[in-house]
Amino acid sequence: MATFPFFFKPLLMHIPDGFLNLPMAGVFWAISILMIVLAVHYTQGELNERRIPLMGVMAAFIFAAQMINFPVVGGTSGHLLGGVLAAITLGPWAGILVMTSVIAVQGLLFQDGGLLVMGANIFNMGILTAVIGYGLYRTVAGRSRGVRLVVAGLAAWLSVIAGALVTALQLWLSGTALLEVIVPAMLSVHVFIGIGEALITVAALAFIMQVRPDLISAQASTGNGGRGWIAAGLAVSLLVVMLSPLASADPDGLERVAINLGFIDRGANPVYHILPDYTIPALGKGPLSTILAGVLGALIVAALSILIVRLFRRPIKS
Amino acid sequence: MHADLFDRYQTRGSPIHNLEPRVKLVVTVLFILSNVLLPDGAWLGFGLSFSFVLLISVLARLGPGYAVRRSFVALPFALAAISAVFAQPGEAIETVKLGSWTLVVTEAGLIRFASIVLRSWLSVQMAILLTATTQFPDLAHAFRHLRVPRVLVAIISFMYRYLFILSDEALRLLRAREARSARIPESKKSPPTLWKAKVTGNMVGQLFLRSYERSDRVYSAMLARGYSGHLLTLNPHTMHMKDWGMGMLAVTMLICLQIIARI
Repeated sequence: MATFPFFFKPLLMHIPDGFLNLPMAGVFWAISILMIVLAVHYTQGELNERRIPLMGVMAAFIFAAQMINFPVVGGTSGHLLGGVLAAITLGPWAGILVMTSVIAVQGLLFQDGGLLVMGANIFNMGILTAVIGYGLYRTVAGRSRGVRLVVAGLAAWLSVIAGALVTALQLWLSGTALLEVIVPAMLSVHVFIGIGEALITVAALAFIMQVRPDLISAQASTGNGGRGWIAAGLAVSLLVVMLSPLASADPDGLERVAINLGFIDRGANPVYHILPDYTIPALGKGPLSTILAGVLGALIVAALSILIVRLFRRPIKS
Repeated sequence: MHADLFDRYQTRGSPIHNLEPRVKLVVTVLFILSNVLLPDGAWLGFGLSFSFVLLISVLARLGPGYAVRRSFVALPFALAAISAVFAQPGEAIETVKLGSWTLVVTEAGLIRFASIVLRSWLSVQMAILLTATTQFPDLAHAFRHLRVPRVLVAIISFMYRYLFILSDEALRLLRAREARSARIPESKKSPPTLWKAKVTGNMVGQLFLRSYERSDRVYSAMLARGYSGHLLTLNPHTMHMKDWGMGMLAVTMLICLQIIARI
């Protein structure tokens, strides 16, 4: 196995089987299947058969590109995950399909990531990265090269953070890891891995923009549903930015939310009490109130991000 | 790096190799599911699961140790589960003070950790056996029969086909970088990380363009050979009585395993 250095990627994101419980695996399979079905629908609508070999070769490219690393201090190395690069160069839906294929082949052929938990892996490394990567990049479509590269780098960094955060939360909700340990551990490692991802993504994009500018500009402005991607990208990014410090600094708070929402059950443990902070007072306590509070929170985040989109929107060149 | 690195075992003949790929895929997933469903500390259940793996290894004429030897790929991930040792309520065995935290090791926590690692270890072994006994194109056809969208199966098939070529391309780029990166033995200074990252990014960009252009050529070549949108196979992919029988037998064994583990 020594001939395959890429077997031992430092990315702690390919979750193997057995580390997530059944509800977690099922929920994320459901989300991922939904997104894949949508992606199939949209790519079939807008693309011809010629795109299929292209996407296949691109999936192989992402796989091979993950082998290319560069040494950083202390025996660690910078790596590419590639989700953001795929979403920016191929468009978001094609990016999701390509990353799904990469994760499927890694799981089936190399046992890099499990089969039953593949839905979660696809979500963490394919869907989140496409939403954040393409959503953020699309906000600056038509702006100068420098701005686009900076945003692409930021998106690449954030996509790794998001993947790490969601992986940590999945492990915690499955009862595999302790929240106050896993979130800081995953985040602190991936803050640096994310920098490697950002640097490689930016340099690769700059190279492609220089040599074949037609490939990138064509994708960034022709895809359908640009505004939806922008809103989703900003909303998810905001959520990650807000949730990461919260989960690291105040795990108890997050744990309470999870108990309130019924994700985990800490029955015998008297340390945590259900606080009224996460409910709507007029409705009293109870699951309905908590769910409404959650929905309200989500709506506020969505409204904020749409507002930001409006503020920053520039006429997109067609 | 070549495809036959993985195909070495796939062309052998055995009852498992000859089994319909759909059956193998479904049984593998059910086996992993069965591991996840086993309660914490169901040692008998885990033992039976392991015997199931051994049985398949022997039936596949790979030798009993085949899957075990290759099953440590996912083990580093066990690090992520270490905190489970502290996460369970129960009687304290050992208390660890780490800064402001007081972590309590409980028996329930240890059992949980061991169970998680065992589940993962057993699941990986079955996935290894699936890969070792099934050629990838057959697996792709199994996806198609199991209603995975046609586009996705096509992308995966193409990806498999070009995986090894592009990996070679990437290795070639890495070798070229090695060859051009001399280091003066006395000097301890290494080049700035930012510069190294830029070189790496250029390599990725280069690989991207080579892949992109190759896909164009590939498509033209395939059209010239009569490609009509789906990949063909000589393998008939039909379910025989034998396939149904083996599948049923495996499922029955897994159900029995679950029942015995719970007694």
